[in-house]
Amino acid sequence: MSVLLRVHDLAVAYGHIEAVKGINFHLNEGEITALVGANGAGKSTSLLALSGLLKPARGKIEFAGEDITRLAPNKIVQRGVVQVAEGRAILTTLTVAENLILGAYTRSDKAGIAESLDEVYQLFPRLKERADQFAGNLSGGEQQMLAIGRALMAKPRLLLLDEPSMGLAPIVVQEIFRILVEINRRGLTILLVEQNVRQALKIAAHGYVIETGKIVLADSGANLLANPKVEEAYLGG
Amino acid sequence: MLEQQLLNALTLGSVYALFALGFTLVFGVLAVINLSHGAVFMVGSYVALALITHLQASLWVAMLGAMLASGIVGLLVDMLILKPLRARNAPHLIPMIATIGVGIMLTSAAQGLFGAEVLRFPEETLPAGEFVIGDVHVRALEIAIVAIAFLLMAVLFVALKRTQLGRALRAIAESPKAAWLLGINVEGLFHITSFAAAALGGIAGVLIGLNFNAITPFMGQPMLHKGIAVIILGGMGDIRGALIGGLFLGFAEVISKAYLSSQMGDAVAFGLLFLILLVRPSGLFGRKLERKA
Ligand SMILES: Nc1ncnc2c1ncn2[C@@H]1O[C@H](COP(=O)(O)OP(=O)(O)OP(=O)(O)O)[C@@H](O)[C@H]1O
Ligand SMILES: [Mg+2]
Repeated sequence: MSVLLRVHDLAVAYGHIEAVKGINFHLNEGEITALVGANGAGKSTSLLALSGLLKPARGKIEFAGEDITRLAPNKIVQRGVVQVAEGRAILTTLTVAENLILGAYTRSDKAGIAESLDEVYQLFPRLKERADQFAGNLSGGEQQMLAIGRALMAKPRLLLLDEPSMGLAPIVVQEIFRILVEINRRGLTILLVEQNVRQALKIAAHGYVIETGKIVLADSGANLLANPKVEEAYLGG
Repeated sequence: MLEQQLLNALTLGSVYALFALGFTLVFGVLAVINLSHGAVFMVGSYVALALITHLQASLWVAMLGAMLASGIVGLLVDMLILKPLRARNAPHLIPMIATIGVGIMLTSAAQGLFGAEVLRFPEETLPAGEFVIGDVHVRALEIAIVAIAFLLMAVLFVALKRTQLGRALRAIAESPKAAWLLGINVEGLFHITSFAAAALGGIAGVLIGLNFNAITPFMGQPMLHKGIAVIILGGMGDIRGALIGGLFLGFAEVISKAYLSSQMGDAVAFGLLFLILLVRPSGLFGRKLERKA
């Protein structure tokens, strides 16, 4: 199994305050890896650094053998690292279809883009029904589906997801996790950031637990689920 | 002669709209109120004049040259002033003040280069011809002005609505962070927007210069005030709003000058605008003036 992304001693600071304090982790190609932790642990900060929106204070990010630590965010998307940001970062003033087409911004293969659009509509039939509505009028669950569908339009090699379950009803969360498993099964590598620790570890091959900017546990998803420390701290003992 | 006045109003209003469109575009995409837009407008008219008088360029070539030169000024303002301020996360007021400075510099430069007196396009370069419909005298020049203004606005509308570039600009207007995460080179599009907006401002300067056949270093200042009024009336950052607002101001100004007071036309027009804002504080098409990080 080959490593797709390797993060070495990554530290990210806001001003003088280090929110991520030198973390190491790697993602195996084709796997779902979970990064879990409490509020303020540094999960989103890490993801924003992976996408180039925050410049690391130190450390190295290697994607598919290339050092991407200092690349501009748009270059990182071009390499195939695509993020669905926290809080459903959809564009509310654009229609559903416009959001999806814009997801393919870094691509120019017309036929391929049309094919991807078909696939996204198959995966999320609701989006097709609402193609011409403003994305701001969608329900929370639909907005999250749109955010994921839009990321898929870029034809990513690695999908970074920041708390896709946030603020959604359990049944919608089930549906979204089912779809994540499905797109992973088709070959997409996923880094899943979650506070919904149980659900995330259930579908993840590997997981990391982050606490106040440091990775404190790393293991397979199943082992972490069975780990008493995880049980106590995150699964409600 | 209501019809004659309506024609004047349409001519003036379409140029106001064109000017305000660039202004509002920069506000929408860069979230900056660029107060050098009036001076860029003035630069456009001088560049056209210089091309015609010194290089014997045709009017059309002069217009293209003016757009290009103004566009470059806008691009330089973005690259040399706004970009470093963005990189330092300067609060909103700072770029606005900086662009006031740019406006003053450009105005003084024009004064130094061309003097403060009113300059005019040579009569023979203006589109000649006039025809009469009913009682209305229509100058070919006016038709050209309205046609050019509407053509450029139509191009902008279609580009924003239908192209990937336009969608990307709308994405940035809503959230630069989301746009970066889509793989959009937000900085690059800031440059393109600054260029395009200034080019529109520059050609508006040529059109106003032609309409009144008078060019001065100070012509940008009243235009800037009108531009601000138009985009506030239309709703900050709203493209349709700039169009409607520009036409409205043109009509209000011409009609009040013709029928109320030739001295106080502007006062009446701006007074009317104030009344509208009392009823609709965020403008005709205004959304809330905030965006995500
Ligand atoms: N823009 C910012 N400026 C200053 N500090 C910040 C900023 N964003 C986050 N922080 C701080 O950095 C730390 C890590 O925040 P981060 O958003 O990465 O946590 P998180 O693990 O994603 O939490 P959550 O689960 O609540 O989303 C927190 O202490 C937070 O207060
Ligand atoms: Mg977070």
